[in-house]
Amino acid sequence: MHYNWNWGIFWEMSPDGIPYIDTLLAGLKWTLATAVCAWIMALVLGTIFGTLRTTTKPWVVSIANGYVELFRNIPLLVQMFLWYFVMPEVMPGSIGDWLKSLPDASFITATLALGFFTSSRVAVQVTTGIQALPRGQRMAGAALGLTPTQTYRFVLLPMAFRIIIPALTNEFAAIIKNSSVALTIGLVELTAATYSMREFTFQTFEALTGATVIYIVISVIALFLARMLEKVTAVPGYISSGSTSAGGH
Amino acid sequence: MFSNFDFDVIQRSWVYLFTTGLKFTLVLTFSAMLGGIILGTLLAMMRLSSNKPLAFVATTYVNLIRSIPLVLVIFWFYFLVPFIGAWIIGASEPIQVGAFQSALITFILFEAAYYCEIMRSGIQSIPRGQVFAGYAIGMNYWQMMGNVVLPQAFRNMTPILLTQTIVLFQDVSLVYVLGSVPDFVTSASKIAQRDGRLVEMYLFVAVVYFVLSFGLSQLVKRFQKKIAIIR
Repeated sequence: MHYNWNWGIFWEMSPDGIPYIDTLLAGLKWTLATAVCAWIMALVLGTIFGTLRTTTKPWVVSIANGYVELFRNIPLLVQMFLWYFVMPEVMPGSIGDWLKSLPDASFITATLALGFFTSSRVAVQVTTGIQALPRGQRMAGAALGLTPTQTYRFVLLPMAFRIIIPALTNEFAAIIKNSSVALTIGLVELTAATYSMREFTFQTFEALTGATVIYIVISVIALFLARMLEKVTAVPGYISSGSTSAGGH
Repeated sequence: MFSNFDFDVIQRSWVYLFTTGLKFTLVLTFSAMLGGIILGTLLAMMRLSSNKPLAFVATTYVNLIRSIPLVLVIFWFYFLVPFIGAWIIGASEPIQVGAFQSALITFILFEAAYYCEIMRSGIQSIPRGQVFAGYAIGMNYWQMMGNVVLPQAFRNMTPILLTQTIVLFQDVSLVYVLGSVPDFVTSASKIAQRDGRLVEMYLFVAVVYFVLSFGLSQLVKRFQKKIAIIR
């Protein structure tokens, strides 16, 4: 059994005329761009639907629950296919054609898929955070004469967010990893760049090692920033519990 | 907007999809769950062990696996398993490993890292006094773990272990990236491409996944209420 190791492969030229290391770094840029855009989307939608799930109107709660269940119970891969292959076909003719002809169609659809998928998970965490607050906080808001919206804006959400920061950082780490699923719809992010490097060079293990090291470096940086954020935003008097969710990924 | 849809393709192929693709996915999910929980529990015991090197190895493994994407892990093991197999049996060429075995090894090793973290918090939720009580009545480590701590940890963690299994069920779809493993999504996508019916097929796949995952998660919720211990 022999395998010819060649760690110098990263500095050899790829068919694109740039060293393979630059191919990987270009992939990393797409990974980060997708993850960050989808994260902003997930945070906004997740906050809205997570908050709606804690309101007092049953029909609003049902709609928000339906939203969460819809995006949680379909695998991310299948959601990517739905946005990429199915959505342009079910849109009225001209919009569908316009979508298909966009230059970065796979980036846009990957971001949409990842954003909606992650927003349902963020929503669950926002709900958990709000429900973890003593109910006296809501009453205190009312007693001060705040409207329900103001109570959420000034009392409940600022507290809830500080409680769920560890869970949200887990989600952010997950979104970076999950962006690799976009390779199935043709986005050349880090994992896809690795795979194409492997196909051109047959240096399978060097290529995979390169990508693995980059992913580890990102997650170490993310962990470090998360610790800092947790320290800065800690609520005095609350036990900072560190990482909360053990499952998921 | 559904006027030019051809749902015939589903009628023609659903028996095949269920008996081949979905069966493969479900069998793989269930086997990977069993293997993952066993290996994950062992890893959790290693992480909590007072033996420093053992704890270090387990911690490194879990953190490593958890920091790289599943797609990358699938590629790693797809290419690595034939080499490791050859190394174990001393063959000179990488050995051929079947699609199912290869996927099974990947998912056991990957999900074990996640099950490990669940079991670790399960074990840590058991009051320390129980460990001392076990030792006090003369049990050794394995008797104490097997008869006192683990049964309670499993009971407390069953709903989370099951929820993680639903995640695993959805994760199995990612073997699609290999193109050669006949799971539900891959089989459906092959038919979709053969017949040029991507829209109908992918909608069907989404509906099946939704119904199964949603149904299972509702069962887990009910089960959770049933076994809840009032403290």
